[in-house]
Amino acid sequence: MTRQLTDRPPAVAQAAMATPRRPRWSGRARRDFFVFLALALPNLALIAVFTYLPLLNNIYYSTLDWTLGSASATVVGLGNYVTFFTSADAPNVLGTTAVFTVVTVGGSMVLGLLVALALNSKVRGTTFARSAVFAPYVLSGVGVGLVWLFIFDPGYGVLAWLLRGVGQQSPQWINNPQLSLAMVMIVYVWKNLGYCAVVYLAGLQSLPPDVMEAAALDGANGFRRFVNMSLPLLSPTTFFLLITTMLSSLQAFDLIRIMTPLGNGTSTLIYEAYLQAFGAFNRAGYSAAISVVLFAILLIITVLQLRFVERKVHYS
Amino acid sequence: MSTLSPVSPGPAGTVLSPAPDGAPGSGPESPPRRPAPFSRANLVQTIAGGYVPLILATLVVVLPLVWMLLSSFKQPGEIITMDLKLLPDTVNLENYKTAMTTVPFGQFFMNSLIVTAVGSSVKVILAILTAYALVFVRFPFKNAIFVLILVALMVPPQVSILPNYILIAGMGGKNTLWGIILPGLGTAFGTFLLRQHFRTLPGSILEAAEIDGAGHWRRLWQVVAPVSVPSIATVALVTVVSEWNDYIWPLIITDRPETMTLPVGLTLLQNSEGNGSGWGILMAGAVLVIVPILLVFAALQRYIVAGLTQGSVTG
Repeated sequence: MTRQLTDRPPAVAQAAMATPRRPRWSGRARRDFFVFLALALPNLALIAVFTYLPLLNNIYYSTLDWTLGSASATVVGLGNYVTFFTSADAPNVLGTTAVFTVVTVGGSMVLGLLVALALNSKVRGTTFARSAVFAPYVLSGVGVGLVWLFIFDPGYGVLAWLLRGVGQQSPQWINNPQLSLAMVMIVYVWKNLGYCAVVYLAGLQSLPPDVMEAAALDGANGFRRFVNMSLPLLSPTTFFLLITTMLSSLQAFDLIRIMTPLGNGTSTLIYEAYLQAFGAFNRAGYSAAISVVLFAILLIITVLQLRFVERKVHYS
Repeated sequence: MSTLSPVSPGPAGTVLSPAPDGAPGSGPESPPRRPAPFSRANLVQTIAGGYVPLILATLVVVLPLVWMLLSSFKQPGEIITMDLKLLPDTVNLENYKTAMTTVPFGQFFMNSLIVTAVGSSVKVILAILTAYALVFVRFPFKNAIFVLILVALMVPPQVSILPNYILIAGMGGKNTLWGIILPGLGTAFGTFLLRQHFRTLPGSILEAAEIDGAGHWRRLWQVVAPVSVPSIATVALVTVVSEWNDYIWPLIITDRPETMTLPVGLTLLQNSEGNGSGWGILMAGAVLVIVPILLVFAALQRYIVAGLTQGSVTG
C-alpha cells in the first residue's frame, strides 16, 4: 500500500515533464533539433534533389524546344503539349496506354483472384504454390522478357511448336503491332498476377468465418457465396489492387523495352517519353511534356485513391 | 445428439437428425462441410477443386523458368530445330562462356553486385536514421516532413528520368557507378515502413535506456534496431531486389560496357545475339540475372512478400 503511494508520484511527475511545460529552447530541445537534422537531413536532401526537383524541372523542360545535348533551347510555352495532342501519334499513344492499362489491370486482377481462390483451398502444397506464383513479380523484367521472347519466337519457340502440333502457323508476334502489344500484355500479366493473388489471398483469409459459415448453412452454394458474400466483402482489397496495379501498369517499362525495342505498337506514354528523349530524336522538351502528362494522370489516380481510402477507413 | 453423431457419421444418422448446426454430411443439398475424408466424392472434389487449379497455376509460372534453365545448356543445334528437344544432351556451359566473351558479363555481374550492395546498404541506413528521427526525436515540423515523404513515395521515378539524367550527366556521373547509385539513394519507402514499425515499439524500453544515460545514437543501435530486425530485413530485401532489377535508370545513364549493370548488359547481348541462333546464349544471360534473386526469394520470401504487399492489409 505504501509502496504504491510512493510509486505513483514519480510517474505523474514524469508525465508532467513530458508535456511541453518547459521553456522552448531548453538545452535538450536544442540538442534534439540538431540530432534530428543530423539523422534525417541526408535522406531528406536526397529526396528533395532527386524526387521533388525533377518534377519541377520536368515542367520547365516541357516548355522548351530543346534537343538533348544541345547547349541552346528556345522557350515555346505550351507548344510541346500542343504538338503532342495534335500529332498523329497522340491518339495512338493514349490509346495504347489505355489498352495496355485496362487489359493488364483487368487480366492480373481476375486471374489473381482465381489463383487466390485455388490457393485458399485446404490442400497440401499451397505454401509452395503461393511462393511460386509470387516469384515472377520479383524477377528482373529484362530477364523475364527475354525468356518469353524465346517462347514466342515464331521459328524455334515453344509456342510455335505447340501451334504446329495442332496444325497452325505461329503468328509473327514481333512484326505485327497489335500482336506485339498482345504479347507484352500477356507477359506482363504473367509477371504480375502473383502479386494480385497474394493480396487477394490475404483478403480471403481475413473474411469473417462466421458470416461465411452462416451463408453456407443458409444453403448458398459455393458460387453464390462467392458472388454474394466474398466479392462484396473483398471490395476494399479490390479497390486497393485496382489503384496499385493501375499505377504500376502506367509505369511499365522493362518488359516493353526489352520485348519491343522500337516500340512497334507498344508506345505507351512512358515508353514514348523514353523513345522521344533517348531514342533517335533526342527531343528533350517534347519528352518532358509527355512525362508531365503521364504524371498528371498518375496524380489524379493517387488523389482519387486517397479520397476514397479516407472514407473506407471508417467503413472497416 | 451431437455427442452421438461423430461416432457414426453414416447416412442413417443424418436422415434421422437433420442437425441444424452443420453436422457431418447433412444431406446433399447443403454444401458438404466435412464428408468422410476418403469418400470418392471428397477425393474427386479435392483433386478437381483443390489440386488441379493449384498445380496448373504453379506450372504456368514454373515451366517458363525451367525452360530458360534447360535452354541455357543447349547447343545451337538443339535449339534451331523444328522438333522440340526437351532436355539438353549434356549440361553444357558453352553458352555461358560465349555470353562472357561476347560482352563483358563478369564485369556486368560485378557492377550489379556493387550497385546493389552499396545502394541497398546506404538506403537501409538512411531509412533507419530518418525513421528513428521521425519517431523518437523532438522536432517542430515532423508531421509536415512525414507528409513530404509520403508524397515522395507516390512520385513515380519513371517521370523523373530526364531531369535526373540532365542533372547527373552535368555532374559528370555518366558511365560511372556513383551516377547509377546516387539518384536512387533517398528512400521514402524504407523510411515509411520503418516509421510505422518504430511507432509500435513500447516507449518503456527507450525510457529505461534513457534513464541509463544512453544518448540517441546508443538508443538507436542498441535498443531500437535490435528489436526491429524483421522490419529492417524486409526493407533491406525489398531494396536489394529492386536495386538488382533496376533497368530504366542504368540503361539511360550508361552507354559503355565498363559500367553497365546486368539488365543493361543483357540488352547489349540481345543486340548482338538477337537473331535465332543466340537463344541459348541469351537464356544463359537471363539465368545470371534471374537466378540470384530467385535464390534470395526462396530463402527469405516471407519478408519480401510482406514488404511488397505492404498497405494491402492496413489499407
